[in-house]
Amino acid sequence: MALKEDDKAYWAANIRLVTVLLVIWGVVSFGFGILLRPVLSAIPVGGTDLGFWFAQQGSIYTFLVLIFVYAFAMNSLDRKFGVNEE
Amino acid sequence: MDLTTLTYIVVGASFALYIGIAFWARAGSTGEFYAAGRGVHPVANGMATAADWMSAASFISMAGLIAFKGYDASVFLMGWTGGYVLLAMLLAPYLRKFGKFTVPEFIGDRFYSSTARIVAVVCLIVASITYVIGQMKGVGVAFSRFLEVDATTGLLIGTAIVFLYAVQGGMKGITYTQIAQYCVLIVAYTIPAVFISLELTGNVLPQIGLFSTHTESGVPLLQKLDTVVQELGFTQYTAQDGGTLNIMLYTLSLMIGTAGLPHVIIRFFTVPKVADARWSAGWALVFIALLYTVAPGVGAMARLNITDTIYPNGPQAEALAYDERPDWFKNWETTGLLAFEDKNGDGRIQYYNDKATAGDGNLINPAWAGNELKVDRDIMVLANPEIAQLPNWVIAIVAAGGLAAALSTAAGLLMAISSAVSHDLLKGTFMPNMSEKSELLAARVSMGVAIAIAAWLGLNPPGFAAQVVALAFGLAASSIFPALMMGIFSTRVNNVGAICGMLSGLLVTVAYIFTFKGIFFIPGTELLANTVDNHFLGIAPEAFGAVGALVNFGVAYGISKVTAEPPERIRELVESIRVPRGAGAATGH
Repeated sequence: MALKEDDKAYWAANIRLVTVLLVIWGVVSFGFGILLRPVLSAIPVGGTDLGFWFAQQGSIYTFLVLIFVYAFAMNSLDRKFGVNEE
Repeated sequence: MDLTTLTYIVVGASFALYIGIAFWARAGSTGEFYAAGRGVHPVANGMATAADWMSAASFISMAGLIAFKGYDASVFLMGWTGGYVLLAMLLAPYLRKFGKFTVPEFIGDRFYSSTARIVAVVCLIVASITYVIGQMKGVGVAFSRFLEVDATTGLLIGTAIVFLYAVQGGMKGITYTQIAQYCVLIVAYTIPAVFISLELTGNVLPQIGLFSTHTESGVPLLQKLDTVVQELGFTQYTAQDGGTLNIMLYTLSLMIGTAGLPHVIIRFFTVPKVADARWSAGWALVFIALLYTVAPGVGAMARLNITDTIYPNGPQAEALAYDERPDWFKNWETTGLLAFEDKNGDGRIQYYNDKATAGDGNLINPAWAGNELKVDRDIMVLANPEIAQLPNWVIAIVAAGGLAAALSTAAGLLMAISSAVSHDLLKGTFMPNMSEKSELLAARVSMGVAIAIAAWLGLNPPGFAAQVVALAFGLAASSIFPALMMGIFSTRVNNVGAICGMLSGLLVTVAYIFTFKGIFFIPGTELLANTVDNHFLGIAPEAFGAVGALVNFGVAYGISKVTAEPPERIRELVESIRVPRGAGAATGH
């Protein structure tokens, strides 16, 4: 059984990880896909601009990477703090 | 072999497979009925979740929405996939660790309140039933068009199949049929998309074809599409039409609504471990992305195909004569989803945006007397193989795919409804002394009743069926998602705070939807016309769930701050769900 302090550190590390990943989540979708699209309009992608690509393709690929990075990082965090399942 | 026979064979084979699974996967305990015995492999659960999630709306309607809305339809693409990031990181692993069977059960235990549990049950049932109506409509459309039986018979056949595997197998039967249904639907979606992409751009992958050169005209496909639709008076395909704030909030509402939909969440109760729940969310999105990244290509190419059909020599030349219309046109006219009215009496089909004013590069002819073609966007995917003149077997597979998408989602929703009734209402609230055996029976009976109600609603769809999907997402976003998230990430939010939060989020969202869409969607009771000018800050009713969620969070934190702290055992409960250790023990109850 791990110590209570360890559980706190584990939770803090978890929150840090999720915060970073959710910032990326917001930047690619709400940022690149919508709000920053006018800024990205100078970068052409096959007949349209990078913002359109992020809104209809790129954000989805990024979401995928984010979840797998999360699963990988969390599962190793579990082992590091000894809170993983047997 | 003619199309109808071929379709009967393909659809019949897929149904035989589902029935086979029904007899193989019989649930013997409540653990199997509610959570498939928690033995589903994360990849298998990912596949089942994808089928559970991708409904008739994703399969049949989404590409059509994209085709006619262009860039603005990105809200669906980002919203319905981005929600999985939230689900993976904020909810699924913790709810799996909690180790119970339903979403209201977590809310009731965490907020130590059966009132909170019942509020959650009501939200769940309303959200899920409104959602199920759309699936039933999808089953009816697919049957009536492809199998030439009337929609009623089709719906009854579909319902009978779901009844077989859902009542016998519960979550266990549903899981394995959903896996089979995923395979059918993704094959059905991909084959025509690949063919069309090849035809228009020479690229096998629609994801790349969308951004490639249109073979026939030599210009990039999207640029070609922008020009053509603009010439017909529509907004450029890749241009933003709606307000930025509305698009942002609409996307956010769909994201948190997706993460808060109970029928999706309970799928993550079926994997063996917390670590599996994390991987499984990733796999779910892989299988979902296979369809969602293809859909934008399908939408754009379908839009180009339909304008090309009507204007074979471009919008500058004369439109297609009605007498020369292709066979698929005639087929879909009989369903009423495609309609022509010769307003200027010239026998040709003028299809354009008759609300557009001259200028902006559009070629609208003053001699035209209004748009003459009504295209229901739902036909875009179903008619696509015919428009692109693909072989009959492709059309037959598309029919089976549409049915698989509708049935798999319907079964998942019915599972969420019946477990809320038998586990939360009967066992959890009114008859706590019920034995496991009688609870299993109660679960089967509630499943049967839920299926009967869904079938009845499918046969007698309320006029507002299309509108209520906004309600389902609004409820999930404004009440369920915030309650779950606060239950995990805060130890301070208490029973009173959570209940007031859920109710106020709900009230704000529902009041806003009813203001513009009528009280209980009854026509004529709208307080304000549903136009952008009337909307609060330009926010559409469909996009308001995020605002409701914000209200929920604010009220819950505010009230919790000024009322008593939750008891010590709740702090311990929250701390225990935050660490995966010991999840195995929680399954044994």
